[in-house]
Amino acid sequence: MNDNTGAVHEGKRDLLKYILGAGLVAWLGSIVYPLAAYLKPPRQAEVEVSSVKVGKLAEIEKDSGAIVRFGNKPVILVRSAAGELRAFSATCTHLDCTVQYRKDLGVIWCACHNGKYDFNGKNIAGPPPRPLDEYRVVVQGEEVLISKQS
Amino acid sequence: MKNLWSNLYVWLDERVQLESLVAFMGKKYVPVHRHSVWYYFGGVTLFLFIVQVITGILLLLYYKSGEELAFESIQFIMSKVQFGWLIRSIHSWAANLFILAAVIHMFSVYFERAYRKPRELTWLTGMLMLFLGMGFGFSGYLLPWNELAFFATKVGTDIAGVVPFIGKPMLIFLRGGEEVSGATLSRFFGFHVAVMPGIFTVLLGIHLILVQRQGMSEPLHTDRSEAGVPRTTMPFFPNFLLRDLLLWLIVLNILAILAVFFPWELGTKADPFASAPAGIAPEWYFMFMFQTLKIIPAKVLFIDGEVLGVLLFGVAFLLWTIIPFWDRKSARGEHNRAITYIGLFVVGYVLLLTILGWVL
Repeated sequence: MNDNTGAVHEGKRDLLKYILGAGLVAWLGSIVYPLAAYLKPPRQAEVEVSSVKVGKLAEIEKDSGAIVRFGNKPVILVRSAAGELRAFSATCTHLDCTVQYRKDLGVIWCACHNGKYDFNGKNIAGPPPRPLDEYRVVVQGEEVLISKQS
Repeated sequence: MKNLWSNLYVWLDERVQLESLVAFMGKKYVPVHRHSVWYYFGGVTLFLFIVQVITGILLLLYYKSGEELAFESIQFIMSKVQFGWLIRSIHSWAANLFILAAVIHMFSVYFERAYRKPRELTWLTGMLMLFLGMGFGFSGYLLPWNELAFFATKVGTDIAGVVPFIGKPMLIFLRGGEEVSGATLSRFFGFHVAVMPGIFTVLLGIHLILVQRQGMSEPLHTDRSEAGVPRTTMPFFPNFLLRDLLLWLIVLNILAILAVFFPWELGTKADPFASAPAGIAPEWYFMFMFQTLKIIPAKVLFIDGEVLGVLLFGVAFLLWTIIPFWDRKSARGEHNRAITYIGLFVVGYVLLLTILGWVL
């Protein structure tokens, strides 16, 4: 009889322990979760840009490069000595710096870690692991437009 | 006058029992040996931290965080506020000297094996403070919102993003979004002036209490008690303290000379739509890591070079931080040559890569 009540008591105590334990976890969760969620920045609604006007073809020098604002991302527009136009994401695939066109070397170059890309955006020297993402260049009459690759 | 002081002392002593503290200080001795000079660098680091707290608070009176305000407010401090240029210049110079003093302090402790039992926690808190110091440097660097800082922050946070699994959430957390923007500036400002000073002060408190309780470590090879040579010591109070204060005064003078004759530049305002300028380089204390990342090829076997670099540095820093726990030989009081060689290799590597970073 006595043993039996002991077991019942123990069972009750275990139950209480679980309830308390679960309560504690829930309580901690109710503190940690809002904090962690607060630290995570909210997604800003970005204006989805599909194409941007760069300017007149005649105004873009041959053998040059320029950074163009594409939504909130920098894009580099390069024009070869032959007059061919190419556009790439200007964000270096290595560590996120913004690249530039080096006339003297004839390459797209990143000043941060000396990464180099050729006229096709391919990584040819230095630490970049991947080619630059390519954008489409469209010439409509005199206007030059850049748009995302479909 | 003397009466006033002794009255004040008695008044305080009655209430807070100063006597035991005075007795403790009177009993504290600093060992004297040919490596004693290294004992001073901890104190110099502490002094520079105090300078940072004071000048930092002064800068806070005029600094404004925000993409459209930060750069302009520093311009205002440097051109309109009386002696603003001086305060900012001292803050920048002291930051660099602080890291330098902390690094010298750290290496001297390393080579003297002062981290060995029972001072493991002193070493650990010291290393954490050094990392925090670098964090202070990194976050403070962005606050003027200039071009160099903008790209340094892009690269630095991108490196954090390379870490497997936790990298991406960490990057978002640090940047306050996908890109380095005004949100990043706000966060870094908060880290720099609130979060990190708070943590640093706690660590510093523990570090100093441990130093006081355990006294100065003596290097193994000057432990002359074994050879029967009596230990030479110097009372901490006032002998060592006065020497400390004299050195602080000298450091303050060096700081003033640097700040006045080589004022810290502001550079040009950050433009998220400009290319990274040629010749861009991080602060000198990040240079060896920067240069390593430059040298590692894009792919090593199947791993991305940057991932490899980050992992290697992560493991190296971790092993260095927990050295008291794996250098068993020094803990037993035996001479461990391997530690000297590892240390020399690290010093050599850091120096070589730093020089390469400047030359190349």
